[in-house]
Amino acid sequence: MNRAALLVLADGRFPAGGHAHSGGAEPAVRAGRIHDARSLAAFCRGRLHTTGLTAAALAAAAAGGLDPLELDEAADARTPSPALRATARKLGRQLMRAARATWPSGELDALAAARPRGAHQPVVLGLTARSAGLAPEDAAYCAGYETVSGPATAAVRLLSLDPFEATAVLARLAPELDRVAGRAAELAGRAAREGLDALPAASAPLLDITAEAHAGWPVRLFAS
Amino acid sequence: MHLDHSHSGPAAVSADALRPDGRRRALRIGLGGPVGSGKTATVAALCRTLRDRLSLAVVTNDIYTREDAEFLLRHAVLPPERIQAVETGACPHTAIRDDISANLEAVEDLEDAVGPLDLILVESGGDNLTATFSKGLVDAQIFVIDVAGGDDIPRKGGPGVTTADLLVINKTDLAPYVGSDLGRMARDAKEQRGELPVAFTSLTGEDGVRPVTDWVLARLAAWTA
Ligand SMILES: Nc1nc2c(ncn2[C@@H]2O[C@H](COP(=O)(O)OP(=O)(O)O)[C@@H](O)[C@H]2O)c(=O)[nH]1
Ligand SMILES: [Mg+2]
Repeated sequence: MNRAALLVLADGRFPAGGHAHSGGAEPAVRAGRIHDARSLAAFCRGRLHTTGLTAAALAAAAAGGLDPLELDEAADARTPSPALRATARKLGRQLMRAARATWPSGELDALAAARPRGAHQPVVLGLTARSAGLAPEDAAYCAGYETVSGPATAAVRLLSLDPFEATAVLARLAPELDRVAGRAAELAGRAAREGLDALPAASAPLLDITAEAHAGWPVRLFAS
Repeated sequence: MHLDHSHSGPAAVSADALRPDGRRRALRIGLGGPVGSGKTATVAALCRTLRDRLSLAVVTNDIYTREDAEFLLRHAVLPPERIQAVETGACPHTAIRDDISANLEAVEDLEDAVGPLDLILVESGGDNLTATFSKGLVDAQIFVIDVAGGDDIPRKGGPGVTTADLLVINKTDLAPYVGSDLGRMARDAKEQRGELPVAFTSLTGEDGVRPVTDWVLARLAAWTA
């Protein structure tokens, strides 16, 4: 176990394609729901406790050694929006490329072979963490953090928001991320004993709806 | 079952020069440079001259639209399945240099769909003079500037002008109208680039892209040798 690997994996510069995605922030900015640091914080908080919890638990379960193909199906079942399923697989495929170069493993190769067009990103993230020798809770932290760091970075670009304020939003969410990651790891542990139905299925319907609309915009800055 | 995609062979990991079957993969050439200098026009002209001889594909990286891909489609320089647009989150330089995963995916998809390919042209939506392509994405890069952007751009240098494998100075037909001194641009480019080649082009003329075509074919010959 090599904890510092978490820093590498969670680094916003880890080259896995995330920079082109806003995590739903672009449509929220267009609709006026995100317009300053306070509304960004509200958006991120909502995302963390819904999509974030679900992604974190999937990642923790994959890091804990649960079958990634079954987890991939569980992720599909928890992602009602076809646009977001496509995005999750695209990002999963891109992360897989980076993961196989950084922490190569037979398990990553096997998932890449079984899902050449990409498995859901949180599942790949969990398996990447596992290949890097990280624990399920580390994977949960990483997945949970990504669900809020993505929109915060995007908001800086979309609104020319003060980057210090945007980063402060993330810092203030840290205690909540602790709780979400802890809960996700706990539920992943339960899923190992009781089956995948123990994984959370929290979702944010507005994110699903706006993601569908956003996918049809002719001009946009972010891919999702 | 997962819901919405089909299966094919496992994906390659990185920028390996060989395909999984051991053959040499397509040569990948990047085209960068400021907005409006003629990158898309160069790509279109290269496609028109080379498409009957080579198996070609194009990846575009736009800033926030798919205009470059749409231009190429509208002008039918290649069949649509040979053109892929990558979305860059408003940062084409990130997508071509710091995080090339979406571009590599596009390259891989093109090889899967219409391969084996001989040559893939990767255009970057221009945003500044410092944007260069990662060596993990392309094997060689062309930096396109134009005479109308000011004849002091070669003198100012920057990574694109200084280090690109080929510097194209385009729109020479406009030089008289904008008062650009081509001799000075050539001298400044030489100063910045030493022995690296420079091509002056005017894409409005008959076979105006010729110097670039010749360079690309020479690279391709070296690649497949
Ligand atoms: N006069 C002249 N115009 C050109 C030449 N090459 C391109 N253009 C025009 O310059 C404009 C920008 O070209 P484009 O290829 O879209 O630039 P890009 O932003 O670098 O891709 C278009 O209107 C082209 O028709 C040239 O050699 N001479
Ligand atoms: Mg262009």
